[in-house]
Amino acid sequence: MAYGPKVIDHYENPRNVGTFGTTSEVKGRKDIGVGIVGAPECGDVMQIQIKVDQNTGKIEDARFKTFGCGSAIASSSLATEWIKGRTIEQAAALKNTEIVEELSLPPVKIHCSVLAEDAIRTAINDYRKKNGLVDEKAPAAGASQQH
Amino acid sequence: MLKLPIYLDHAATTPCDPRVVEAMLPYFTQKFGNAGSRNHKFGWEAEGGIETAREHAAALIGANQKEIVFTSGSTEGNNLALKGAAEMYEKKPAGQTGRGHIITCAIEHKAVLDPVKRLQKEGFDVEILMPKADGTTTPEMIKAAMREDTILVSIMWANNELGTINDIPAIGKLCRERNVIFHTDATQWVGKMPVNVERDNVDLLTWSGHKIYGPKGVGALYVRRRNPRVRLVAQIEGGGQERGFRSGTHNVTGIVGFGEACRIAKAEMDQDGQRLYRLRKKMEDALVAGLDVTQVNGHKEKRLPQILNISFGFVEGEGLMMAIKEIACSSGSACTSASLEPSYVLKGLGVGDELAHSSLRLSLGRWTTEEEVDYATAKILEAVKKLRMLSPLYDMHLEGIDIKTVEWQSH
Repeated sequence: MAYGPKVIDHYENPRNVGTFGTTSEVKGRKDIGVGIVGAPECGDVMQIQIKVDQNTGKIEDARFKTFGCGSAIASSSLATEWIKGRTIEQAAALKNTEIVEELSLPPVKIHCSVLAEDAIRTAINDYRKKNGLVDEKAPAAGASQQH
Repeated sequence: MLKLPIYLDHAATTPCDPRVVEAMLPYFTQKFGNAGSRNHKFGWEAEGGIETAREHAAALIGANQKEIVFTSGSTEGNNLALKGAAEMYEKKPAGQTGRGHIITCAIEHKAVLDPVKRLQKEGFDVEILMPKADGTTTPEMIKAAMREDTILVSIMWANNELGTINDIPAIGKLCRERNVIFHTDATQWVGKMPVNVERDNVDLLTWSGHKIYGPKGVGALYVRRRNPRVRLVAQIEGGGQERGFRSGTHNVTGIVGFGEACRIAKAEMDQDGQRLYRLRKKMEDALVAGLDVTQVNGHKEKRLPQILNISFGFVEGEGLMMAIKEIACSSGSACTSASLEPSYVLKGLGVGDELAHSSLRLSLGRWTTEEEVDYATAKILEAVKKLRMLSPLYDMHLEGIDIKTVEWQSH
């Protein structure tokens, strides 16, 4: 299976690799949302961490770590690039199809992009929970629902 | 001078030995006759070519030339052996159940498992034994599974993913005592390790050209003629070639190449084997010493000398293969299979899906050099370390979190 050049680029030069601290450190911080999705048995585990400006609701910074194939690593690397600077509502609206298109993922690798979308949403929900905001399911693009 | 990429996937296929190609060439444009043409020189020359090949094939396994049936490869050989024997030795005719008991193992190649599944659909009772955790299927396990109505046992000599070796002579002896036909898929074994069908108690044996530096698309099935005489129902019918066992115009060029590959294998088996064992050991020792959380899969000693199947914790196989793109090898990872399922062989060992996803199979060959092995070792060490930096699972491991206790949110 030949990889697209963008996948290879993200794989060889991944952006935003890392974490904002150890698992326990990060758990205690209200400005950080952590999303871990996938399972070792499936061969894909993605972790995305977002650091949110609690005043503006914008994602200041993001980090990722992934156990998975080249497409999975590229999908999560791209995802962290894209969500930086967005509000959490905008980031939650990110669709996996955008990742598929940007990276030219073949059909058999689409699930990697879905996982990245899931990881972002899970990180956002984690942040929301920590800050007393209601859990959101996938909001419509552009809609902002705060209770 | 190191030529990249380096090929370490010889268990998947091998390049043709140049001597094999040379032997084949005249049969494309000069000695191009149909081996079945009895009345002219073109036919006689082609027939001469395949009979020489038959001689070499027989010599490689200590058989009589009349016991060699040329096929299009091991998949066809396995189909012929299993379906041909089952249909010949059935206890009841087609359309009924209870046609006979067949025993095989869960980590056989699909070319054995799928025919056996079809036979099950057609009324045979099939028993698929789970191997031990080290990958072996023992005579004791087979003995325990045997019944009054067992007609056929099929166990591979060496596993293609792990290199693990089964005690074929002992299983063969057991089957002989019980008058059960014994077939072995010896695709990874023949040409690399010695075979004598008499001493090793085998009734049917499959092997293939492209694993022993011969061309793809050709192989042979050994069919015992004496003590006992094994009969098969032909699966490909027509002109009656190969004494009726396998009709079809002979693939003369392929067969000639196959024969030459067999001749060379017999002559060079020993020295190849020793050299490859040393190189494999060097690579394995360096990888295991250079990293934590590695696991060599399959039996450590009862293993083909040139295969190394190794899992690297917290790193996914396809990602790893991408990181070592100058090295050609395979992985038991789901991502590398068309079906997105991890290696059923590693699953069958009870290795766990996670380690299956993290596995690499490296298989050395006749022209693998020490330089190549050293380069590959260094690249793999570097790649595993790099991918562990990217891996959330490795982080958890470093923090002392037991991954098995985590509740995963999968989709």
